[in-house]
Amino acid sequence: MSTPLIELSGIERVFHLGDSQVHALQSITLSIAAGEYLAVMGPSGSGKSTLLNLLGLLDRPDAGSYRLAGRDVTTLSADEQARVRSERIGFVFQSFHLVPRLTAAENIALPMLLAGIAPAQRGLRVRQALRDYGLENRADHRPDQLSGGQRQRVAIARATIMRPAVVLADEPTGNLDRTTGEEVVRLLEELNRGGVTLIVVTHDGALGARARRQLLMQDGMLQQDRQSSSGSSPESCAPAT
Amino acid sequence: MRAGDLIRFARDAATGNRLRTCLLILAMAIGVAAVVVLTALADGARRYVLNQFSAIGSNLVIVLPGRSQTGGFNPGNAITSTPRDLTIDDAQALRRASAVYRVAPLAVGTSEISVGGRLREVMVAGTTTEFIAVRRLALAQGRFLPPGDWRRGVSEAVIGARIRDELFGRDEALGQLVRIGDRRFRVVGVLAATGQGLGMNTDELVIIPVALAQAMFNSNTLFRILVEASSREAIAPAKAQVTEILRLRHEGEQDVTIITQDAVLATFDRLLGTLTIAVAGIAAISLAVAGILVMNVMLVSVTQRTAEIGLLKALGATGATIRNAFLTEAAMLSLAGALLGLALGHAGAALIRQLYPAFPALPPDWAVLAGVATALATGLAFGVLPARRAARLDAVQALAKR
Ligand SMILES: Nc1ncnc2c1ncn2[C@@H]1O[C@H](COP(=O)(O)OP(=O)(O)O)[C@@H](O)[C@H]1O
Ligand SMILES: [Mg+2]
Repeated sequence: MSTPLIELSGIERVFHLGDSQVHALQSITLSIAAGEYLAVMGPSGSGKSTLLNLLGLLDRPDAGSYRLAGRDVTTLSADEQARVRSERIGFVFQSFHLVPRLTAAENIALPMLLAGIAPAQRGLRVRQALRDYGLENRADHRPDQLSGGQRQRVAIARATIMRPAVVLADEPTGNLDRTTGEEVVRLLEELNRGGVTLIVVTHDGALGARARRQLLMQDGMLQQDRQSSSGSSPESCAPAT
Repeated sequence: MRAGDLIRFARDAATGNRLRTCLLILAMAIGVAAVVVLTALADGARRYVLNQFSAIGSNLVIVLPGRSQTGGFNPGNAITSTPRDLTIDDAQALRRASAVYRVAPLAVGTSEISVGGRLREVMVAGTTTEFIAVRRLALAQGRFLPPGDWRRGVSEAVIGARIRDELFGRDEALGQLVRIGDRRFRVVGVLAATGQGLGMNTDELVIIPVALAQAMFNSNTLFRILVEASSREAIAPAKAQVTEILRLRHEGEQDVTIITQDAVLATFDRLLGTLTIAVAGIAAISLAVAGILVMNVMLVSVTQRTAEIGLLKALGATGATIRNAFLTEAAMLSLAGALLGLALGHAGAALIRQLYPAFPALPPDWAVLAGVATALATGLAFGVLPARRAARLDAVQALAKR
């Protein structure tokens, strides 16, 4: 096996609230290969979002190392991290996080705008994405003119427009009804089949079970790391190397 | 981020909140318009005064009795104590100077003029036939004082347009006898109306021969000697010659003040120029206020758009990109305000010119430039703090906010 895409070792994240300390992440050691489909599960407050933010370079660990594609990214400067985010990571949020004043097409183009990609190229890619996600006749609609499912499709199109290696989704179906949620999950799984590493935070057991690998978090610690192949789940508590 | 995209992004962000944007642009516009209109007024006043002085006559060298401290013109010296008389002989002596073209002595006092039971107080100017040419005055009717011996003079008077109207109404004034003081004069001319001017208002002036005026006021001294140099270049030599002649005539003592019109103009120019700058400075304060408003509005905007800032960071925006986006927005708002203010200011100045055609209310170029530059600079300067605050936001916390 070649070097894993993501390697965490001994990650600690401590929040200080006044005098008290919250150990949001404790000695997390984890390795994720390129192309994996991973669900992060656990009760509320167990550190799932904190882990995802860390993987997305939005947050820095207090201890431990994080290697992305063989490169230590914890020591990068803020600007270098921004660049890694731009090129390699796509985010999908529970509350969509679309810019309300921008149209669907403009929201999808936003990462390319920030990366300084030429307008002609942007137009091409946005049109393709609109087609891929069935949003052609919603291109000029603003978020408040879109349904929840359409909004999340716009958000997924935006997350993938830079062709990232990893897509991080924090409760992507949390604000959607069951059928719309399933549709969104299918889109994400489609991406994974295309080779994108997919990490989904969820506390929906059914949703988590669809992933080939499930992480169970508890009080900032990794409780279980189990590989499942279509329902049958050979459990392994040992942290991956 | 490309510059064009940055500008478009900032524009969309600005137009995203119409009311806020309009208020801010308006505040900036009022500041810039204030600079434009107020400097137009001040500079208009400066030009107006200069025009008035130019109207007095050109190439003028003015001699007044008494030594002024500065040697320059000082409005406080307009009435000076007289250590030694400035006489008609002095004035006549100046005619011999090579650089001097014309000389007009001037004695001034107040007296009463009456005709047919009507009586009023007037300013009486005693002078000679040269006066009308030196002061560039025009006659509406009749003729001016006749040439002749300065030390004598016939009992003839030229009256201002207003005096004519008040004393004679619709009747013919020319050839009429009037009583000025205790003497009778024949009206031989009426000055053309000039409207309100600086210093002496010729509309309310009565002009009589200088010798008679001195007799009337029982004084030997002149109020002024007006010397017209033979050309613009001759002003300096004329001044030197006049100085020398009078020094010799006054036993080597320099006891007169000689001012050239240039010096008067320069002094007024300086004085009123300073006023313009001061007014511009006061108007600029409103720009500073607008700048603080920019800061406030941008800070509110950063707070309102916290989640968006977090998102932009998640999508790969660097701190610099976010800072630039907010700075661009502040700059665009300021620029829009400045341009609107320019338009408003120019319109205001044009309106003033329309209402008062005699008053050249034009904003000076430097003030327009400075107004716009100050608007931009304050907008940017006060935009820096909010922009930096936005750039430094923690992405995770920003995203968590809604
Ligand atoms: N910025 C923060 N400051 C203080 N405590 C935090 C902060 N972010 C998260 N926490 C705490 O860290 C723990 C893990 O949070 P989180 O990762 O959001 O949990 P989850 O996503 O699993 O619900 C929680 O106890 C939460 O209160
Ligand atoms: Mg969470």
